[in-house]
Amino acid sequence: MKRAIIAAFAAIIMGNAAYADTIKIGVVGPFSGPFALQGKNFKAGIDAYTAMNGTTIGDDTVEIIYRDLPAADPAQSKALAQELVVKEKVQYLAGFYFTPDAMAVTPILKQANVPLVVMNAATSAIVTKSPLVVRTSFTTWQTSTPIAKVAHDAGVAKVISIVSDYGPGIDAENAFKAGFEKEGGAVVEAIRMPLSTNDFSPIMQRIKDSGAQGVFAFLPSGPTTLGFVKAYNENGLKAAGIKFFAPGDLTQESDLPALGDAALGIQTTFHYAVSHDSAENKAFVEAASKAIGNPAELSFPSVGAFDGMNVIYKMIEATGGEQNAQKAVDAVKGLSWVSPRGPVSIDPESRHITQNIYLREVTKADDGSYYNKEIQTFEKQGDPGLAAVK
Amino acid sequence: MQTFFSIAIDAFAYGMVLFVISIGLSITMGLMRVVNLAHGAFAMIGGYIASFAAQDLGLGYAAAVLLAVFGTVVISIPIERLLYRRIYGAPELTQVLMTIGITFCIIGIANYVFGPTLKTVPLPPALQGSADLGFRSIAVHRLFAIVCGLAVAGALWYAIEKTAFGVKLRASVDNAAMAAALGVRTEIIYAVSFAVAVGLAAFGGVLGAELLPVEPYYALRYMVTFLVVVSVGGAGSIPGALLACLVLGGIDTTGRYLMPEFGEFFFYLAVIAIICIFPRGLAGRAR
Repeated sequence: MKRAIIAAFAAIIMGNAAYADTIKIGVVGPFSGPFALQGKNFKAGIDAYTAMNGTTIGDDTVEIIYRDLPAADPAQSKALAQELVVKEKVQYLAGFYFTPDAMAVTPILKQANVPLVVMNAATSAIVTKSPLVVRTSFTTWQTSTPIAKVAHDAGVAKVISIVSDYGPGIDAENAFKAGFEKEGGAVVEAIRMPLSTNDFSPIMQRIKDSGAQGVFAFLPSGPTTLGFVKAYNENGLKAAGIKFFAPGDLTQESDLPALGDAALGIQTTFHYAVSHDSAENKAFVEAASKAIGNPAELSFPSVGAFDGMNVIYKMIEATGGEQNAQKAVDAVKGLSWVSPRGPVSIDPESRHITQNIYLREVTKADDGSYYNKEIQTFEKQGDPGLAAVK
Repeated sequence: MQTFFSIAIDAFAYGMVLFVISIGLSITMGLMRVVNLAHGAFAMIGGYIASFAAQDLGLGYAAAVLLAVFGTVVISIPIERLLYRRIYGAPELTQVLMTIGITFCIIGIANYVFGPTLKTVPLPPALQGSADLGFRSIAVHRLFAIVCGLAVAGALWYAIEKTAFGVKLRASVDNAAMAAALGVRTEIIYAVSFAVAVGLAAFGGVLGAELLPVEPYYALRYMVTFLVVVSVGGAGSIPGALLACLVLGGIDTTGRYLMPEFGEFFFYLAVIAIICIFPRGLAGRAR
């Protein structure tokens, strides 16, 4: 009798182990504070994916647990990740808007047996920190390199580079310089300005005095970008024919209504425009707009999150819900699919996303709103930053 | 020489925008002795109202500015009666905690009501575009900001130094109990001064919106700059604040033109130097 009871217990316990019923995914991002809009976009992308693909994979149900990290804070990021792994027992970590936050989590992945799917943080080196990191966003190198070719093709030989003095700004400067010099152009001056700059008139005067025919700029999106673009117009640079080149962070969709006419004609290169013309994107924008509430707030982090969820679903399918980080990551190496942004694949070597980069121009639509109109495609761009860092 | 004039005109324009936003804070801190960290929040409310009035209600620029100033004052009246009145004369720490709390509440409400995206105040055609100064072009709205700044400085100086209200205000500040004993209604004086300070904040928020765009974190993002202006100028002094804005605007602009990679180094170096030599600010009075 006693033996029978033990056997019954054992059967129940083992049966439970066989059907892992709920698979938890921990998502860390800025859901409050100055960057809440980006966190909202993460959530919109994730909600759009679960709305379109359901929350069950085989017998398993997916549960998403959000943790708020309002500003870049590596120590807090690590603490949140540990809490998610130890207390919530998540099998996957995802999200991460800022590079330092993603970097801080990489050391715990192996021991926790958890893969990390980076949905935004855009510094090349993150994927080298742990073999369990996969990235579905972009890198600043990836989006800034093609604009150098665009500048050169536009007949510009001398460019001045103006970036905000922080990690992504310096990445952008290096990427542009490398790309532009390879094309045979010259960067006459490279200025790094403090992040807290509000008044850009002196910078505009510097640009004029440098004698450059074009300016390459990188600033964090938001108030600084607005000030910079306005100063570019008001100080007569646009009228003087000095061309403006930048990666798409500067003209992200949520800033366009504020930028207005000042941004018209600005050309940027980026991996995703909400206006991208494809059936996949149409379905995505519809679902994501519903999730975010106000369609005007939709911008690029949502697509990184959407594709991140796709990767995680594929990982869960491949492992059958069992917790095995290495197997999960191996399963998505070389995976290719059609994302809302176009055809993409996970590079087996770097575990970073290979994707098309588009040249876009800010254009006014018939209804008076502004959008990024894609005018040229650079197909299957990898991350040139990794090679440069090595 | 041309570069020198270029920098000078940029510095002057930037300094005047700083002045219009900061002067209200100088009044609350210097004359009313309240460390009002919610000042930026009031400037932000002004910006939001103007943006809403111009973009969603389709009002003209002048109407939007007026609505912003009066709307912000109206919003501030219950805040003054219910919250600020309790902290007049309280220790600084209490004031800081209370006003920073108000700031966070306003940020949250602004974020909820208007969303996290940037808002702009559309300029009328007369203020758009740029004016040719011979050696360079400058945005017309900057010239407008310079004129407004000078007008505000003149009007305030006149009101505080030359009118009966100014006399009562200065009396209430120096010794509230004695002023009250002499028949001055100090409560009303304080309420009016507070309203003027808030109205100026709102005006500055609208006027400076081209330079400092309105978004929910406006309330905190630029607060340090405003506080620096007030402490360098000497709280409560209008010529002091004006001088501080011009000096700091000049140093900041020159540094940014000649050595942008040094960041705000020169700005804060100047602040440290001035505060070492004039601990109460350029025109601060000893208490």
